[in-house]
Order: sequence, then structure tokens, then C-alpha cells
Amino acid sequence: MSTSTDSKIRIQSEDFSVTEEIETMKKVSRNIGGITTFLGTGRELSKGENITKLDFEHYPKMAEKKMEEIREKAVKDFGIIDMSIIHRIGPIDIGENIVLIVAAGEHRQETFKACEWAIAELKRTTPIWKRETTSNGEVWVQDTP
Amino acid sequence: MITLKYFASLKSVVEKEEDHLDIKNPVTLDQLSDIIAATAPKMGEMIRAKKVLISVNQEMADDDTIIRDGDEVAFLPPFSGGTK
Repeated sequence: MSTSTDSKIRIQSEDFSVTEEIETMKKVSRNIGGITTFLGTGRELSKGENITKLDFEHYPKMAEKKMEEIREKAVKDFGIIDMSIIHRIGPIDIGENIVLIVAAGEHRQETFKACEWAIAELKRTTPIWKRETTSNGEVWVQDTP
Repeated sequence: MITLKYFASLKSVVEKEEDHLDIKNPVTLDQLSDIIAATAPKMGEMIRAKKVLISVNQEMADDDTIIRDGDEVAFLPPFSGGTK
């Protein structure tokens, strides 16, 4: 599990600072003119049930590999300058940070597109699973679009 | 020997996270499914019904993928990382 803040792809149990991640990205190039971020956070309600606890599990090595593939494809296909993707695992409280995508480019248009594509692709291809605990018990989420 | 890994909801289906299997010759994923079904029928059923994804050495596999000695085969329920 990588925890170095220099790495553009990280899976970690500890929280991250959105501001620090943006500042790190800004240092990549003086040509960056726009940065789009997506921050996913722990939501309390799921299908009408109050969630009391969230827990994330991943497949080490494969998850990092898939996230790196997303980063490389985003840079190539959308013409952005760089992207970082950070996902937390383990127990996460309601309201806490879960996932952050930072897309940096010369202009805003490509960063919006790259960021939206990357979070959808992450959900589709990256072996990370979410377990929700509600008053009805624990359930591994399998059908989140 | 090959390593079998189970994640998330599948751990409770097979009641383990990891298993090892001795195979004399390379097998297809289809043949491996038969071997697993013999000891874990519910898991075998889920594999056949395509309710789980399977990776070999961290790459997605299909029915024709050949599994060789030393490979790591992982059984993956549908992903739910990220956020809605």
C-alpha cells in the first residue's frame, strides 16, 4: 500500500488533504491553467436506510494497477497534463473523505471530461468493495451505478 | 500450486480468504470451476452464472484463460468503490 504523497496513485487507510493534493498537482507544470477535482465522501442514507459504518476493501496490486491504467489513459485520451487518484480503504465514518480525483490541464474543458470519465471508470474496473452497516445489518454493496 | 483468493462477499460464501490448489497440468478456467464446484458448490454455481469476475495474475480472465502452476486466481464480486 503506497502512502507517499508524491505518488499519483495511492490506496491508503489514512485521510488525505484535498488542498495539499491540489498544491502538489500545481507543482507538476507551469502550464496548468485549470484543475478539476472529484471528492467522494461517506453518505449517511442508502436506499432509505441510515448507514452507521462504511468499510472499504481492495485487491492489493490489482487495484493500484487499474488506477494507474486509468491515470495513463486519462492523460492520453483527454490531453490533460496529469491526474492523481487517491482511494481510502478500511473503516470510514459518515462525512469523511473516500476518494479523490485531481485532473490538471491547460484548459478547463478537458479536465472536467477526464475527471468524470475517471471516477466512472474507477467504479467499473477497479477491485474495491464497499460494505455498509445499517440497523438491518451489514451488506456488501454490489449495485451502485 | 496455484493460489485462489476470494474478496468481499465471496469470503463468506467459501468461508475463507485464500486457498491453494495443486494442479499437475495447466487447466482452463472452466476446468478450474469444476474443481472448485466439487468442494464449494455455491461458489461453482456463482462462477458458472457469471456472478463473479475472475482475474489471473491481476488481469481479467475469460473462459479460455489457461491457468498454470504458480498463478494467482482471484474471484471478484462486482466492484463498488468510488462513490455514487
